[in-house]
Amino acid sequence: MSNQSSVEILTEWDIVAARQLGRNVAKELGFGTVDQARITTAISELARNIYLYAGQGKIEIQRVTEKGLNGIMIIATDNGPGIPDIRKVMEDGFSTSGGLGAGLPGVKRLMDDFRIDTNLGEGTDIRATKWLR
Amino acid sequence: MVQIIESQYKEILARYIREQSEQNLYAGQRLSRQFLQENVQPEEVISMHKAALEELHGELPAEVWHSFDLLVEMMISYGMANRERQSLVKKQEELRVEMDLAAHVQDTLLKTDRPDVEGLDIGVVSIPSRAMNGDYIYFVYDDEGSAGVAVADVIGKGIPAALCMSMIKFGLDSLDNAAANPSEVLGVINRIVEKSIDDAMFVSMFYGKYNAENAVLTFGSAGHEPAILYRAETDRFEELRAKGLLLGVSPKAKYEDRDVQLRTGDLVIAMTDGVTEGRTEAGFIDQSIIFDMVREKKEAGAQEIAEYLYEELSRMQQADLRDDFTLVIYKKS
Repeated sequence: MSNQSSVEILTEWDIVAARQLGRNVAKELGFGTVDQARITTAISELARNIYLYAGQGKIEIQRVTEKGLNGIMIIATDNGPGIPDIRKVMEDGFSTSGGLGAGLPGVKRLMDDFRIDTNLGEGTDIRATKWLR
Repeated sequence: MVQIIESQYKEILARYIREQSEQNLYAGQRLSRQFLQENVQPEEVISMHKAALEELHGELPAEVWHSFDLLVEMMISYGMANRERQSLVKKQEELRVEMDLAAHVQDTLLKTDRPDVEGLDIGVVSIPSRAMNGDYIYFVYDDEGSAGVAVADVIGKGIPAALCMSMIKFGLDSLDNAAANPSEVLGVINRIVEKSIDDAMFVSMFYGKYNAENAVLTFGSAGHEPAILYRAETDRFEELRAKGLLLGVSPKAKYEDRDVQLRTGDLVIAMTDGVTEGRTEAGFIDQSIIFDMVREKKEAGAQEIAEYLYEELSRMQQADLRDDFTLVIYKKS
């Protein structure tokens, strides 16, 4: 079961729109204030990466259900340059560099599940889910 | 556990709002330590505060509650940084364990046996400034009364230096001739080092070969700190200098052999620059200080003198060794 909506990321204002969409869905699902803030921060980080490094892309917000749990999934997709070394980008300490993919370890920690697919020259697809407990 | 912390926090908050005492603040400080132990994130602390305050003073205006929502948002990044820090601390601990293992392997790998030569008492101290040692002592000896000692110092410290050491050890092992002169030994090791290590890495080495038959020490040096010779008869010091480039600079480097006759009570002290370049608050440690220390202990056994020098010099530097510290003492008995 899924129910989705999305925001195209072209300008910095679209980051705010993506956050708003995510917050609305998170609130409707019953996430508390702290988790709402975590989810929107994760959306912010992913949307900023798109805005700064890919130029344009899309943030989708999906309601997901699995094994009796409800959750929210953020899907960030772009057709940008891709990330050359995922392992490096996912390492702690790298996020402070401010470069491409910075903040991804943080996003991974803020959410429960995290998956990244990236191809050089083709783009990146990141899916991050938080479950309601 | 978190529920217990939450109720404790509410309790402390209630007490503090009633009475702003230092005791209540202290209770809060102690609880914050528990927050860290239980991995409570900054944003959760704010949320906990808001919930507790709502229960205690639900009558407060809406503006107050809104302000906490902003604060939660503000603290998320701090929470992220905090979690990242925890993960880095854990990684650092893993690295430390690995370093300890590596240092242990180094000890085993580079182990050298002190020769038992008639008329010669040998003392050795080698203390790394970090986990791995960039100084190296190696003995080459036979049953005919030849006892060679190599004292090497890789320019640089830590793991790269330690890795380089293994190469020197196997180079020395392959010589398998304790009677070889320093010029030959240094020449062979120079070619090995020159071929195998990167241009930015150099090794200095002192090589001394003692011949028990005539009590002559033949020594050579590859850009190494001069060894010190103490003459018991005259109570004077001499420097044992020999010409030669650092190992690894040029494959054509040539090394000297120099002879010195040892007499009873004489001491030969070969060391690395960690010994002579020790610093105190007053500046470099003067060579005359080392001479005085040697005079003080000249009657003792070689090992005792070596340990005495190490203890005194490291005490003078407030036990803050900046470089690996290595010395070997040959005492003619």
